[in-house]
Amino acid sequence: MNTKRFQDKVALVTGGNSGLGRAVALAFAREGAKVVIAARREKEGADVVNDIVNQGGEAHFVKTDLTIRGDIENLFADIKHRHGKLDVAFNNAAVWPDMKPAGDYTVEEFDAVINVNVKAVFHCMKYELPMMIEAGGGAIVNCASISGWGGLEGTSLYTASKHAVIGLTRAAAVEFGRKNIRINAICPGEVETPMLARKLAQGGQARKQELLEKTPLGRFAKPEEIAGSVLFLCSDAASYITAKSMVVAGGRGIRV
Amino acid sequence: MEIKMYEGKIALVTGATAGMGRAAAMAFAKEGAKVVMAARREERGKDVVDQIAAFGGESIFVKTDVRSPADIDNLFKTIMDQYGRLDFAFNNAGVSTPWNPIVTKYDDDEWDRIMETNFRGVWLCMKHELEIMKKQGGGVIVNTASVLGVMGDWGLSHYSASKHGSLGMAKVAALEYCRYNIRINTICPGPIMTEMLEFALPYMPKMLEVMASKTAVRRVGQPDEIANVALWLCSDDAAYMIGKEIVVDGGYITY
Repeated sequence: MNTKRFQDKVALVTGGNSGLGRAVALAFAREGAKVVIAARREKEGADVVNDIVNQGGEAHFVKTDLTIRGDIENLFADIKHRHGKLDVAFNNAAVWPDMKPAGDYTVEEFDAVINVNVKAVFHCMKYELPMMIEAGGGAIVNCASISGWGGLEGTSLYTASKHAVIGLTRAAAVEFGRKNIRINAICPGEVETPMLARKLAQGGQARKQELLEKTPLGRFAKPEEIAGSVLFLCSDAASYITAKSMVVAGGRGIRV
Repeated sequence: MEIKMYEGKIALVTGATAGMGRAAAMAFAKEGAKVVMAARREERGKDVVDQIAAFGGESIFVKTDVRSPADIDNLFKTIMDQYGRLDFAFNNAGVSTPWNPIVTKYDDDEWDRIMETNFRGVWLCMKHELEIMKKQGGGVIVNTASVLGVMGDWGLSHYSASKHGSLGMAKVAALEYCRYNIRINTICPGPIMTEMLEFALPYMPKMLEVMASKTAVRRVGQPDEIANVALWLCSDDAAYMIGKEIVVDGGYITY
């Protein structure tokens, strides 16, 4: 037995060069998928591809700035050219803005964050959906956050962006269910990634304590612990799950 | 004698020339507030000012497109020049799309139009409102989202994203600014008989019946039924409501 769940599938992971995206890319590859990693930083992208190849998997990197429409077009042309299809996508790339009160962000900051965290997800879906329709179906997981449900002080812009991802996911899932495409969002709590490091560098020990206290498990997640849920949502085991936002947060969000 | 709830208060209503915004502007004025109405259509704005004047109320209209930061700067400068304070803000301006394209069919312009009005426009107004209210020692903000701020529906992915976004923004801003005695909450209306629905009717003639049948009360709501909730959220009766969404939909969504 030892069947691989994503054998011969083509899987796209945006922001797949670090943190959660990297863990998901590695996990897809272990499960037999041909992985496409789209991100900005070439060096890190090449490293992940190497790690995947070294464990006997298949992957390639496409340098992509998801705020540039031409880059996104190029990404999907590349996938079409190389693989001829796309089966699953993890729209994961996101940025964490500096923490400050809602009234203190500038319009430029607002646009920069929304362009990556929301508009890029929308743009990627625009290309993923037709490819999946062509393939007869597919699964998309968008990376939202526990911040797609609630929000902590200083995080208004990030929280707003992740709420928007959940809205986009819900409506798109309603539209494309009949095309055999499932679209869900994953809402991680705190995950040990470079983004969390930046977050804690800004918030300090007090924020770290606050976040841990909010988490019944009393610890932050390893990226692999979230990757497992992403793969599940993309797998046939989740064939009747769509339009949902799955919270994987060590119990956070259940009590105040 | 008649006691007016908001005598001497200054209330801003965006999207005030039609639908729920117009109903809220009238309701604030009836309760004695001086109402600042912000919207794009000047003719319509003047009409509402006249209607308010007809029952002895006071209001001004400031031509504003919430997509434009310069328009918004001008709006708040006008408010401060004229009244020097702002007690209530009902950030209500919103747009949808009368046809029914799906996520792959939108062009960038349509995405931007919806997001910049419903999401960025709300935040941009809040930016000014928070500053003013913080300085003066308090205030109340109510935003209009939608049932699509907590759910999704066919053909409205950008609208749903924009309304979820505005709700997320309001939740966090509420936490951040309650220490300054500013309360922020969000109304999520279900199907309400406004221009937004009327515009869609030619494309979906049966829409009203279908929507009504999906509500528990078997009817589409009236703009007043949202305006009343907005006024209540501005009142001291709602003093302990912070960062919440209140779904006003006749039982439209039941999860």
